[in-house]
Amino acid sequence: MRHRQTIALLALVGLFVALYLWLHALGFGGAIKCGASGGCEVVQTSQWAVFLGLPVAFYGVAGYFALLAVAILGLRLAALPDRKWSVLLAGLASAGFLFTVYLTYIELFVIHAICRWCVGSAVIITLIWIVSLLSLRSPAIRTDRATSQPPRDLPA
Amino acid sequence: MNRFYALVGVLAVVLGIAVFALLRSGGTAPAAAAGPPPTVVDDGFRGYTLGQGSARVEITEYVDFECPVCASFATIQMPTIKEQLINTGRVRWRFRDYPLPIHKYSRFAAHAAQCAGAQGHYFEMQDQLFTHHQWAQTGKDPSDLFRSLAQAAGVDVKVYDACQEAGRYAQRIEFSRQEGDQLLVDGTPTFFANGKKLEFRRLPGSDDFKVIVDSIIAHSH
Repeated sequence: MRHRQTIALLALVGLFVALYLWLHALGFGGAIKCGASGGCEVVQTSQWAVFLGLPVAFYGVAGYFALLAVAILGLRLAALPDRKWSVLLAGLASAGFLFTVYLTYIELFVIHAICRWCVGSAVIITLIWIVSLLSLRSPAIRTDRATSQPPRDLPA
Repeated sequence: MNRFYALVGVLAVVLGIAVFALLRSGGTAPAAAAGPPPTVVDDGFRGYTLGQGSARVEITEYVDFECPVCASFATIQMPTIKEQLINTGRVRWRFRDYPLPIHKYSRFAAHAAQCAGAQGHYFEMQDQLFTHHQWAQTGKDPSDLFRSLAQAAGVDVKVYDACQEAGRYAQRIEFSRQEGDQLLVDGTPTFFANGKKLEFRRLPGSDDFKVIVDSIIAHSH
């Protein structure tokens, strides 16, 4: 349960980071807040800021939203003992992590600029990925009636 | 568990307010930079060019004045390109505007360059805008700075002011941007060589263009 809660909270933070970058890419607000280095502008205006016709940040919004939704759904009492939610979270987190590795490579070795918001997102998805792998190794929570109900009083 | 959902709710509200505040703190755009014009008319203008009309290769660059990569290309790579390719008569270089929507003042900067160009000082103004590119990092209204840069570029400031206030070339800039969309320009700078889009795995340098130009000229014999 703790793993899914942690993933939900991290995904929520990541969702808003990606949302800010996406809204900025759509033209909302002024210059991006990125410190004096201006690395975010370099990254956001490069040709690699668009993937399959959509701003890269959009995939971040969609990915974090999916992780948040799956983590919250996996926290329902009936879903807690079901391992498939952990597998689904690990799958989504792995896809996000691989996409982030690709984007970080482009930043470091092609564009030669680092966007602080992107680094923040990379840290968040890496943490989510690690937690999702740890959740796969944890034993399933048992919520069957036999063990969750208090023992009955025995007749005297 | 209820405490967890309360924490998620509070965190969502705090983050939402933070994103809203970040987006709002961008300043106010001057009139000519407020956005695309309501209508677009083709005035027949196809960009300022450097180089001879007889050059065998024409490179078209779609440029955004607020884009830092465009600025570094203009200040670092272009001097060599001018010396080796343009001044030697091998290449004609055409500049087309492609202001990206993520940039608040790129349309305004393009308009400033066009107003300077109307007085015969487009390239001087372009140099000023790219050389003093700190304006693009501050997010502050650059109207006064652009006026100073226009003056330094040799522009009659009174005529420049009237041009900027009227937004005289707003339609021309939007036409160029729409043309870029049709040509699948997906970032800046984007280059075309004799009409063919150039794809680079990394940011191109003067050597890349020398290879491209050599290849085109060799194959045209």
